[in-house]
Amino acid sequence: MSATGFSRRTLLKSAALGAAGAALDLGAMGRAFAAADLTVGIVYVGARDDFGWNQAHAVAAEALKLVPGVKVVEEENVPETDACAKTMESMINLDGAGLILATSFGYYTPFVVDMAKKYPDVQFRHAAPLWNKDKDPKNAGSYFGYLNQAHYVDGVAAGLSTTSNKLGFVAAKPISSVLSNINSFMLGARKTNPKAIVQVIFTGDWSLPVREAESANALVDAGCDVITCHVDSPKVVIETAEKRGVKSCGHNASQAPLAPKGFITGAEYKWATIYKGYAADIAAGNPLPNFLIGGYESDFVQNTPFGAGATEAAKAAANGAIADMKNKVPIYVGPLKDNKTGKVVIDKTYGNLDPYLDNMNYLLEGVVGSIT
Amino acid sequence: MNAGVVTVLIAMLGGAIRVSTPFMFVAVGECLTEKSGRVNLGLEGTLVLGAMVAYAISYHTGSPWAGVLAAGIAGSALGAMHGSICSLPRVNDVAVGIAMMLFGTGVAFFFGKPYIQPTAPRLTSIPFGGFSDDLNLRSALDINPLFFVGIAVAVIMAWAFANTRWGLIVRTVGDSAPAARAMGISVDLVRFLSTTVGGFLAGVGGAFLSLSYPGSWNQGLSSGQGLMAVALVIFARWSPLRCVLAALLFGAAGALGPALQSVGVTQGYYFFNAAPYILTLALMIASSSATRSARDMPGELSMAK
Repeated sequence: MSATGFSRRTLLKSAALGAAGAALDLGAMGRAFAAADLTVGIVYVGARDDFGWNQAHAVAAEALKLVPGVKVVEEENVPETDACAKTMESMINLDGAGLILATSFGYYTPFVVDMAKKYPDVQFRHAAPLWNKDKDPKNAGSYFGYLNQAHYVDGVAAGLSTTSNKLGFVAAKPISSVLSNINSFMLGARKTNPKAIVQVIFTGDWSLPVREAESANALVDAGCDVITCHVDSPKVVIETAEKRGVKSCGHNASQAPLAPKGFITGAEYKWATIYKGYAADIAAGNPLPNFLIGGYESDFVQNTPFGAGATEAAKAAANGAIADMKNKVPIYVGPLKDNKTGKVVIDKTYGNLDPYLDNMNYLLEGVVGSIT
Repeated sequence: MNAGVVTVLIAMLGGAIRVSTPFMFVAVGECLTEKSGRVNLGLEGTLVLGAMVAYAISYHTGSPWAGVLAAGIAGSALGAMHGSICSLPRVNDVAVGIAMMLFGTGVAFFFGKPYIQPTAPRLTSIPFGGFSDDLNLRSALDINPLFFVGIAVAVIMAWAFANTRWGLIVRTVGDSAPAARAMGISVDLVRFLSTTVGGFLAGVGGAFLSLSYPGSWNQGLSSGQGLMAVALVIFARWSPLRCVLAALLFGAAGALGPALQSVGVTQGYYFFNAAPYILTLALMIASSSATRSARDMPGELSMAK
């Protein structure tokens, strides 16, 4: 907000000074350009330090800043409205951004698509698998990490951490990526503990701190002794679990400092791999990939370093599961039934990135909960 | 009773105690303001600012109660602003309230940025569940002192409205400004003070959000609770005691959605999550009466005219 305004103003001022100075010292100008070969503009929907989705991107942005020749401009709290189009436009026109990373789902249509058409020389990449190769501009594209693989690893550790065999999952909305995280968490837990069940509570929206706290409390009341979640900012869920004296697994970014006693591990994105890859491609003059998805095998996701809640057995099993994920061992080994009608919904074994799994609209047997 | 029902009942009891406190403070504060004949819709902003200030001060001083006090002072400042702007001629209190709401949240987000990450000392709860072996009941009965403060304020306010000269003055100003002027009361001053005190209480409600439950500061913390609490005042027909009951009811109903899902009643969770609103609506329809609400509503409120 204000910080960005300040940096923009200083930038304009220095540009003006540079122009004045150019008449006297052309060499200085040349050096100034060489210092920043690529400016990357990153747009966030919330605060960069939200312990969640935005923080995961901001951590990667910090890594990107260390790449020589790359300058990063950021703006936080940009709503999924016309405001994000204005932000992208000012990053392009005022800061000279050559690559825009739009990190929130709702930025894509129409804003990223429109801006990509308007500025064909600028590259746009958006953090959700939405780019359509037939319809969308070639200078736009998508990238996404398959976080369910890291949730599977969480599950493997959680299965060995429970004594009640009940694991709690606070989820925002029943969309396919959330359902895949829940199902993968359950399958991981069943791998080490066939008796484990996962109890899910849907809060109904991405950020409802009071209801998230209530949900975590309700799960503990119902006997769950490991809590994890898929909401925008897991801070409240993890803190509530810690307060109630149960163990927890994180989501999106590292929440380890919030639960010094009960934190096991957490599912984290590793956007830095993707962002640095983009910077390297541009530096080498290669075209950027339009559609980039992956999980552990591509180093796009990771697990938070183990906390005090992880036993030695859980650590060993989780490390084994991480090795499995890197070797593309499938999570969804069919046939698998849904939890409502007992119908087979996954007929055979699918690879971890198989598009069939992207349309998940069911919870598997082993999960207690309903998507409606 | 089977275990599932017990779990849900305990969760609702816990929810009523945990979730109701901010609603209670905002509603009781707004009740005072509205009794004096003005509506302050800005309390959502006051709640958010209170939460931020409480967390920041608790973090810097190490004393959560200093945070609560600072939140109250910040809330009074916003209330005083609303009160003094509305004293100007031809100013609409509802419009100013909306402006104050945006102002309060904006200021809170601006200064609250550095406090999202650090952990501040929280208010400690008093354990009342020692008699029980049930861990869940014990945790539900860990009650924050502010909960009792809120009830005490409501009781004192209800008593003061009925039995003191100050109470009479506030009610007179709220029911008929000309009558109050005829008695030599400064209408603007009374309303200014009522809005300021109302802001103080709402700020303290915000402190509860960040320092007790859910007990952390982030930008989505309030998610509209301040506005709901203003609506609860109308639901409670301008009685501080009924405000407390409404807040408790609202908290219990809010716990219903998560609690039912946790015991396996998972179908239709959107419906159960909407329980507080459905319940409020149903009670309002059931208890509505044209004559009674006309009697309870302060005559000077813009919606009464």
